[in-house]
Amino acid sequence: MNELPQQLVNGLLLGSMYGLVAIGYTMVYGIVQLINFAHGEIFMTGAFGALTVYVYILPDGTSMWIALPLMLVGAIVVAVTVAVGAERFAYRPLRSAPRLAPLITAIGLSLALQQAVWAWYPEAKSARTFPSIPGGPFEIGNVTIQTGDVFLVAAAPLSMAVLAYFVMRTRTGRGMQATAQDPDTAKLMGVNTDRIIVIAFALGAAFAAVGSVAYGFKYGQIDFRMGFILGLKAFTAAVLGGIGNIYGAMLGGLVLGVAEALSTAYIADIPGMDKFGSQSWADVWAFVLLILVLLLRPQGLLGERVADRA
Amino acid sequence: MRQRSLIAITAALSAGALTLTACGSRDSGDNGSDAKGGTTVTIGIDAPLTGDLSALGLGIKNSVDLAVKNANKKEYVKGVTFKVEAKDDQGQPSSGQQNSTAFVTDKSVLGVVGPLNSSVAESMQKVLDDAKLAQVSPANTGPGLTQGPDWQKKKVRQYKSYFRTATTDAIQGPYAAEYVFNKAKKKKVFVIDDKKTYGAGLAATFTDAFKKLGGKVVGTEHINPDTKDFSAVATKVKNSGADVVYYGGEYPQAGPLTKQIKAAGAKVPLVGGDGIKDDTFFKLGGPAATGDYATSVGAPVETLPSAKQFVADYKAAGYKEAYAAYGGYSYDSAWSIIEAIKKVVDDNDGKVPSDARAKVTAALQNVSFDGVTGKVSFDEYGDATNKQLTVYSVKDGAWKAVESGTYNGS
Repeated sequence: MNELPQQLVNGLLLGSMYGLVAIGYTMVYGIVQLINFAHGEIFMTGAFGALTVYVYILPDGTSMWIALPLMLVGAIVVAVTVAVGAERFAYRPLRSAPRLAPLITAIGLSLALQQAVWAWYPEAKSARTFPSIPGGPFEIGNVTIQTGDVFLVAAAPLSMAVLAYFVMRTRTGRGMQATAQDPDTAKLMGVNTDRIIVIAFALGAAFAAVGSVAYGFKYGQIDFRMGFILGLKAFTAAVLGGIGNIYGAMLGGLVLGVAEALSTAYIADIPGMDKFGSQSWADVWAFVLLILVLLLRPQGLLGERVADRA
Repeated sequence: MRQRSLIAITAALSAGALTLTACGSRDSGDNGSDAKGGTTVTIGIDAPLTGDLSALGLGIKNSVDLAVKNANKKEYVKGVTFKVEAKDDQGQPSSGQQNSTAFVTDKSVLGVVGPLNSSVAESMQKVLDDAKLAQVSPANTGPGLTQGPDWQKKKVRQYKSYFRTATTDAIQGPYAAEYVFNKAKKKKVFVIDDKKTYGAGLAATFTDAFKKLGGKVVGTEHINPDTKDFSAVATKVKNSGADVVYYGGEYPQAGPLTKQIKAAGAKVPLVGGDGIKDDTFFKLGGPAATGDYATSVGAPVETLPSAKQFVADYKAAGYKEAYAAYGGYSYDSAWSIIEAIKKVVDDNDGKVPSDARAKVTAALQNVSFDGVTGKVSFDEYGDATNKQLTVYSVKDGAWKAVESGTYNGS
């Protein structure tokens, strides 16, 4: 039986989740040149926000059709609040400091957020079960799409479209592009750069929140460490696609996801490579791909060639 | 001004981080026994008290605490008051080693119960053995820990201070293979492991035995314990045509794994070792886990007459967490150390000798008593002489014992 279509779908689903989280890295980097390593944890707090809405706010047995939008709102509210708070209290005071200072702050913040959820969220010391969407899996040809993934299939392209519209068509979006190109000039032209930066953090967090709800539905469980590896992968996706470019983030995510799925499925079939084909090697192959892309196109798949900005 | 606010915020943040760390370690402090007179002897505990495996780790900690409380209440060793000191290893070998060093430095520690993970044990053994500090693990099943890396050909005792009350994978893997092949009548297996000492070792002993019985291995796969996405692996399982999956690893991955395998359309049971036999397994796996199997060391604690007292005491003590898969073994591990200390102290006119650690280690070798899980004693490698195993299956949202037995095959 040909498993290629199924493995491609597996990869694309995983990849669109990477992409949703990668947008946050790339937007913040594009505007303030900060690698926000706490972004993975912002993603994690979003998932716990959604869980809180479902478990502690909604009455038992609420229909998923009502619960899902409210969970999404809960996730976005929590993630955006954390992200904006982080920007205001952890990053803004350091904006004119050397670039390493906010980077270290981001790492510290990432640990602090993990530990905060671990310590204070009820029963978060081990994984917590996430609600699931009822209904059976969908079969299209010999490809199966799980019910939990349907949300991701719908949410990822929709979020991308909204983001593209926002950045290209609205006044704030254009202000964002201007700030990314040259913050000082943008300020002289009357763009409120502080506001733009806050919006970039908030938007990135909102997309991470959508991704976190998708993660919960896909895997059925969330825990305080879920953001760490996923954040790392999403950051890789952002670099792969060209950091600073929002389409690049999504494309990078998809490429990374597909690369992981296909290397798990097929590397072992290459003669002599059976030792290097299992899922535990998928990350290695994903990073080999990253290195190859960066060797051939140092600016990433869709990145513009910018004279040493970082 | 900006500089000052920067300092203020950094200070606030690091203070925050420190407080959080403090919160974390408060749990691992000694909240055990009430000291009253005499010499205080500490029994160390090393287990994952936080993180994915904390359900098992906290069960170990509470059970040891219970043993120590009972010993103090009965004044089992005259003139000695026991105290527990629990340290969190988060399932990480590096943390385990740091904890061992801390135990060695604390002169009141005469024995250590733990760890849960075989990979953590590897990092602890030498540190403790150099100090001649006795260690009894309730849960390590890696055969190499006691019998050396070449245990299949030549058995060599590794460390004189290392003992365990759990049965090894050298028995557990073949026992599972026999059940799967002969009783469950499954002939085509897909073997998955998590590359850790425990998981890979168990998968290897299972595979060998399964092939010897005439079964066919239709695929193997190694997963990355850090991820939760096993969809690519699940698709491979489905297409391999396997009628059973064997997983060498632990429940945080096994739960999502069984869920994703079944979701991919492969309606075959997943079989695992004691590492997946925790209630969290079917919480994570959901309905997909129904019909999955796990082997675990010993007979089910609830059915042993010797365990009734333990279960009642545990309930009376009011611990927040369940005693989990290793509760009885942890109690027995702690009690074996207490027995050894009693012998040493009795031989020395009721006083703790100055070279107590070496003497306790030596005494542990000859300990023999009726514990929670049956007769407790150690063979020449430090392994438990009790080699009973049980197959469990998930039914109606709980682990139900299917059958118990001992494995006597090669």
